[in-house]
Amino acid sequence: MACLLETPIRMSVLSEVTASSRHYVDRLFDPDPQKVLQGVIDMKNAVIGNNKQKANLIVLGAVPRLLYLLQQETSSTELKTECAVVLGSLAMGTENNVKSLLDCHIIPALLQGLLSPDLKFIEACLRCLRTIFTSPVTPEELLYTDATVIPHLMALLSRSRYTQEYICQIFSHCCKGPDHQTILFNHGAVQNIAHLLTSLSYKVRMQALKCFSVLAFENPQVSMTLVNVLVDGELLPQIFVKMLQRDKPIEMQLTSAKCLTYMCRAGAIRTDDNCIVLKTLPCLVRMCSKERLLEERVEGAETLAYLIEPDVELQRIASITDHLIAMLADYFKYPSSVSAITDIKRLDHDLKHAHELRQAAFKLYASLGANDEDIRKKIIETENMMDRIVTGLSESSVKVRLAAVRCLHSLSRSVQQLRTSFQDHAVWKPLMKVLQNAPDEILVVASSMLCNLLLEFSPSKEPILESGAVELLCGLTQSENPALRVNGIWALMNMAFQAEQKIKADILRSLSTEQLFRLLSDSDLNVLMKTLGLLRNLLSTRPHIDKIMSTHGKQIMQAVTLILEGEHNIEVKEQTLCILANIADGTTAKELIMTNDDILQKIKYYMGHSHVKLQLAAMFCISNLIWNEEEGSQERQDKLRDMGIVDILHKLSQSPDTNLCDKAKTALQQYLA
Amino acid sequence: MGIGLSAQGVNMNRLPGWDKHSYGYHGDDGHSFCSSGTGQPYGPTFTTGDVIGCCVNLINNTCFYTKNGHSLGIAFTDLPPNLYPTVGLQTPGEVVDANFGQHPFVFDIEDYMREWRTKIQAQIDRFPIGDREGEWQTMIQKMVSSYLVHHGYCATAEAFARSTDQTVLEELASIKNRQRIQKLVLAGRMGEAIETTQQLYPSLLERNPNLLFTLKVRQFIEMVNGTDSEVRCLGGRSPKSQDSYPVSPRPFSSPSMSPSHGLNIHNLASGKGSTAHFSGFESCSNGIISNKAHQSYCHSKHQSSNLNVPELNSINMSRSQQVNNFTSNDVDMETDHYSNGVGETSSNGFLNGSSKHDHEMEDCDTEMEVDSSQLRRQLCGGSQAAIERMIHFGRELQAMSEQLRRECGKNTANKKMLKDAFSLLAYSDPWNSPVGNQLDPIQREPVCSALNSAILVSRSQRKAAIVNLSLLGPRNPQSAKATSSCPSNGTGHTMSRTDGSIWNWILCIRHSGRLPTLAMHFKSSHYIVAFSQHGSRPALQI
Repeated sequence: MACLLETPIRMSVLSEVTASSRHYVDRLFDPDPQKVLQGVIDMKNAVIGNNKQKANLIVLGAVPRLLYLLQQETSSTELKTECAVVLGSLAMGTENNVKSLLDCHIIPALLQGLLSPDLKFIEACLRCLRTIFTSPVTPEELLYTDATVIPHLMALLSRSRYTQEYICQIFSHCCKGPDHQTILFNHGAVQNIAHLLTSLSYKVRMQALKCFSVLAFENPQVSMTLVNVLVDGELLPQIFVKMLQRDKPIEMQLTSAKCLTYMCRAGAIRTDDNCIVLKTLPCLVRMCSKERLLEERVEGAETLAYLIEPDVELQRIASITDHLIAMLADYFKYPSSVSAITDIKRLDHDLKHAHELRQAAFKLYASLGANDEDIRKKIIETENMMDRIVTGLSESSVKVRLAAVRCLHSLSRSVQQLRTSFQDHAVWKPLMKVLQNAPDEILVVASSMLCNLLLEFSPSKEPILESGAVELLCGLTQSENPALRVNGIWALMNMAFQAEQKIKADILRSLSTEQLFRLLSDSDLNVLMKTLGLLRNLLSTRPHIDKIMSTHGKQIMQAVTLILEGEHNIEVKEQTLCILANIADGTTAKELIMTNDDILQKIKYYMGHSHVKLQLAAMFCISNLIWNEEEGSQERQDKLRDMGIVDILHKLSQSPDTNLCDKAKTALQQYLA
Repeated sequence: MGIGLSAQGVNMNRLPGWDKHSYGYHGDDGHSFCSSGTGQPYGPTFTTGDVIGCCVNLINNTCFYTKNGHSLGIAFTDLPPNLYPTVGLQTPGEVVDANFGQHPFVFDIEDYMREWRTKIQAQIDRFPIGDREGEWQTMIQKMVSSYLVHHGYCATAEAFARSTDQTVLEELASIKNRQRIQKLVLAGRMGEAIETTQQLYPSLLERNPNLLFTLKVRQFIEMVNGTDSEVRCLGGRSPKSQDSYPVSPRPFSSPSMSPSHGLNIHNLASGKGSTAHFSGFESCSNGIISNKAHQSYCHSKHQSSNLNVPELNSINMSRSQQVNNFTSNDVDMETDHYSNGVGETSSNGFLNGSSKHDHEMEDCDTEMEVDSSQLRRQLCGGSQAAIERMIHFGRELQAMSEQLRRECGKNTANKKMLKDAFSLLAYSDPWNSPVGNQLDPIQREPVCSALNSAILVSRSQRKAAIVNLSLLGPRNPQSAKATSSCPSNGTGHTMSRTDGSIWNWILCIRHSGRLPTLAMHFKSSHYIVAFSQHGSRPALQI
């Protein structure tokens, strides 16, 4: 009932508002240009800060008319400028406003306006463009569709501090990925923007700094250039260092630390350079402190994680700086119980950032613990950390789950932790859950972690096997993503190492020989190597060899032949010969080699190969075949002598390589006995 | 090895941090020790070749360490004041190299200080001010007024209050009374001061037996000095010596008729009673001002402040009279005479007589020089009767001390005070003896302000003027002096002198007497490992 009563009232209010808005739009069509100008100015005053009014005007079709007036040759510059200002104001509203403006093709119109000689008009157009391009709904590609735009913007950089601020802001928002970086770089972005870092205007300095941070990100070419740029006789890195002094605004410290971080990761600054070790790193650690805003703490931790990721020395320094590891534990305390009671606004704010904070902390822990055993220990000993990570594995946010898995993966590189904390917290359980139906990016990290958990000394190996890991991993080997294929087969290889017969049989059954063959011809070298590793692990201990060869002998021999004949590198061939040596160790399996002249010829060939590693591997095969105490050794010795193997053995016993020489002598003794 | 901080008197044979009032970071386990035998996990371990830094933040009383230039985070909070850098060495043959800032630090301490400066600046900028407009003005006026009242500048306070429409909480008469007493104390006439206090504020001293004792000890000292009225009336030969202070090594340091005040670090130099009277901030330490110039200065000051106070006029009168009478003015003489004049006029004719004035005129005809005045410096002004009176008074004092101990228990401060005072008699020339500084007129100031505060408390006035409590000035002149003297004695290092009042790098040794202990620490060691930071030098040598 209430609804029914209310509806007409609302309608009337709406129509009233629309009527007043209608008036503004009507005035844009007045034949007197002076009245049009006054109309636009009144409209400007009416829409400022009034989202409803903005939406009304857009619905009533003000935008196309404003754009028309803006582009009309006959319009006065003043009118054009006022139109651009109103459009800029409309763009300041909701995302829907921006969408409507984009639908009216506002960007080409404004870009056209930049060709005007009038600075005020240009500034108004740029301000509006800035607002539109910084909106998340605007595709940044729109900036690059017309090739003349970027050079023109570069030229406008010298016009005023406002053009500088707006253009830099547009660049820093629209530079996504290496293509955009290259376009901007090729049009002289570095030279044109560098001197703005010493501008008197804080906003200009700040936007220029942001530009450099996006330009340098993962871009060695830009980064290498930046290192040598001089501004007022100072090198750019020195200017960045000055900008991260502790009395500068936090935003500036953080952004310049980002610039230096990206330049360092792109290889332009050494990781042991003082500006990284003594300036950038401590600055980023400070950004993680409790005194900073939540957003700053997230950005600080993520940037620091990125900076120290590849360098163990930086990881060690960060781990002792300002109690960072303990400081990060605080990232998990949002929303705090206090904020829930006292302040709704604060609670809302905390909730919004809680996920971001947690994932940032996980990322940083992952980087910290990437290489150093002591640091891993310190992380795990931090209050409830394992619990927190394990909880993180089952969070709804993909970002948090991914970061938690990365963190665990980093920690799982520790043998000691695998045996203790990982077992105590039954990490494998949530991990197996994560692996079900997870997006690829999570699967990649989770499966690499699974590889570690399946190492033979890991106590988690058993329960993981029982929970159906074999099926899961075999599934991964069929993935489109090479990283997943590698991880799947790698985990299987680890699983098969010194495993019992039943597991080996399970693996073979689940994987199927067809899949095995497909993997052996995989384009990814890593996949091939790990598959060979899996075969080698499957074919160990005599009963297993005979069992497997009796069922899959034919296919395996075919695969071996194929690889030995193919174009492969030394490591692959060596691995294959080792598989042959394993087969030769079997009791019944030996015959598969002895009856295959093709294979025997190949072994003989590799005994005379120029590479010692391959010679050694081939020698293992021969030793296994001619070993005295085994049944039928006499016949095999004879057959191989007939093939000229003994002559080769004599030759090898003179080899300068002692290992090879010893092996050859031992083999010859088998003949004498 | 332990690196840290300890208060005076902490056992030097144990690592810093283990005992009360000591704090340390130990290299063997990386733990921090906060006055306790059990440490807390703090940082990494450190060893040969490492550079360890220790920074005390005097703003928030925390301490953090650095290792090879990397901050390890806060180690201690709520630190007490007056800690000294300490290194404890355990292993035979250890050597440390200490850097108190003579080389650049590895850690960027300047940057850290910049952050704190910005922080404090922002704190000041953000300090909430009341809504009412003009509140600042009122606050400042109140501060000025309370300062004037506290220190007894009654005429100025009255005029100031009139022109700013304020009410002075204390009656004018009361201010004048306090001023009178203060002047007596500062003139060294302790006996009269005590008598006047007892007259005007009966029961005040009865309730403060310790204060009374302090006053009496001071009286004893003034007797030795020959300035106390009880010995003076016993026939000091020269009237000059009665009124003047014995000449101290700094000719102009003495007759500070201006009450002491915390804002002026070296206010002991403000010899001109009248100028001090006006502003309290003048310090005429250059005693070479010609009488005329001084006079005119005084005069203009008078005009500009537009105060027409009879008391001040009288000063000027006595002054001009003096000018008329003397053709050549020795600086010393002028001071004596001047202080005399002020003292007398303002104390409403106490011991003031024209005959006395004439006396002095005669006396001034003879040229007085520092040397001759030193000759005059005799025990109790050189009179035998006075000496006997002094001895007798000393016995009374001893008796009082014993009685006080029986009633109020032991008081080491009192005991020491008495011992020091009696020690004066052990020297043939007390002024040049090791305990001679007691005779320095500047020592009257603490006594004076203690008495003033006690009177104000008894009248439930503010104990200290608001100005003295405010953030802007150093908390007390002593600490300010200590800070500024630090760089000059060559042992310490202050990061930045201008920041001295709010910030000090820890390694500023504020007490030269402490240094030998520290040096011994270093001597007994022959091995390695760094203490504190140094820049380019690569660690330490065996």
